[in-house]
Amino acid sequence: MKLGCLVSGGKDSWYASYLAKQSGNEIVCLITIDSENPESYMFHTPSIDKVAKQAEVSGIPLVIVKTKGEKEKELKDLEGAIKKAIKDYGIEGVVTGAVGSVYQASRVQKITNKLGIECFNPLWQKNQEELLKELLRNKFKVVLVGVFGYPLDDKWVGREIDKNFLKDIKLLNEKYKISVAGEGGEFETFVLDCPMFKRGLKIADKKIDRLDNDYSYKMEIVLK
Amino acid sequence: MILVINICKEELHYFEFVQPIENVLIEGKERYFVKHYKELSKKDLEKIDKVIICGTSLQDNQFIEDVDKFSWIKNFDKPILGICGGMQIIGLLFGGKLKRKTEIGYEFENMKKEFLGLKKDERYELYHLHNNYVEFCKDFENFTTNKVRQAVKHKEKEIYGVLFHPEVRSCEIISEFIKK
Repeated sequence: MKLGCLVSGGKDSWYASYLAKQSGNEIVCLITIDSENPESYMFHTPSIDKVAKQAEVSGIPLVIVKTKGEKEKELKDLEGAIKKAIKDYGIEGVVTGAVGSVYQASRVQKITNKLGIECFNPLWQKNQEELLKELLRNKFKVVLVGVFGYPLDDKWVGREIDKNFLKDIKLLNEKYKISVAGEGGEFETFVLDCPMFKRGLKIADKKIDRLDNDYSYKMEIVLK
Repeated sequence: MILVINICKEELHYFEFVQPIENVLIEGKERYFVKHYKELSKKDLEKIDKVIICGTSLQDNQFIEDVDKFSWIKNFDKPILGICGGMQIIGLLFGGKLKRKTEIGYEFENMKKEFLGLKKDERYELYHLHNNYVEFCKDFENFTTNKVRQAVKHKEKEIYGVLFHPEVRSCEIISEFIKK
């Protein structure tokens, strides 16, 4: 089946795309919504402008649509992007990296159902620790590009998801109940390398900005 | 031993509609195996104690065309739980009629009677993902106040059906079915 993958640059969307390919489907395009609203409930905003670089190294065409990120208007923009992917690339279904957000998943389901195409959520309800372990097993190189809440501070920004990260985040999970995979919005990730890429990306330069408190930071990266 | 039946046409939907149910069974340390309905054998049905029939995606109606492949259910004497598409299969086999109604996302359901751990007169927010439902025959009792039957049980047999997806928000339904 010809599929378009909704990607935000982070681990979930790329791992979902990887599973879709592994199941014998053809990933004919990536779809990205570039939201001007950092508080969007629907779309992740950190590093979204770097998705073009990921698309380049994966060799998969990118459909990119900008949205102001107003609550229902951004869904219209998403629908427009999916329609464009149907017209330009003949997609028969969409893949999302939704894990537990019914808000996000059900809105994409409504759009694809209206357009008469399939919707795939291969990470749906997945155990979060297992998700991180699978990323490691499948050689995903993923870094944190933003942290958004106590007790995550600037020392966590830029960390790679590896065995040590898993050990440390599990301790925070036990103590503070934060999601080990950042499903509650505790952190945002960016994929530097994965089996979908023809070559890995490297961080040439980075700048860490403090947002509104000591537990909220964002990292701007320059890729090579 | 529990048999989990995969009804998905697309292999990739296994992760979304079957694996979350497997996770509930793994957590409960239950013995189970998964089979696609097209690969089911007589031997499989002989060695199991219970059956869970999973759901599938909004656009996937292949299982409705293949409903005859489930005709063994009519004479099966072990407990069955049908989820969404699985519930529709049960309804159609027992003479029900397929109707169109799309529900996507959380919806509230009011319980008329206790049903697999859901309490009488309580209101539950449950996850729905369907374009169709079945108008069941009189052999099945309705457990919710909704006109669209959301939770049913055969009046004489241990055959249950839910139109919503308990693996998303109400896993206790699956655990309760296994315990029974």
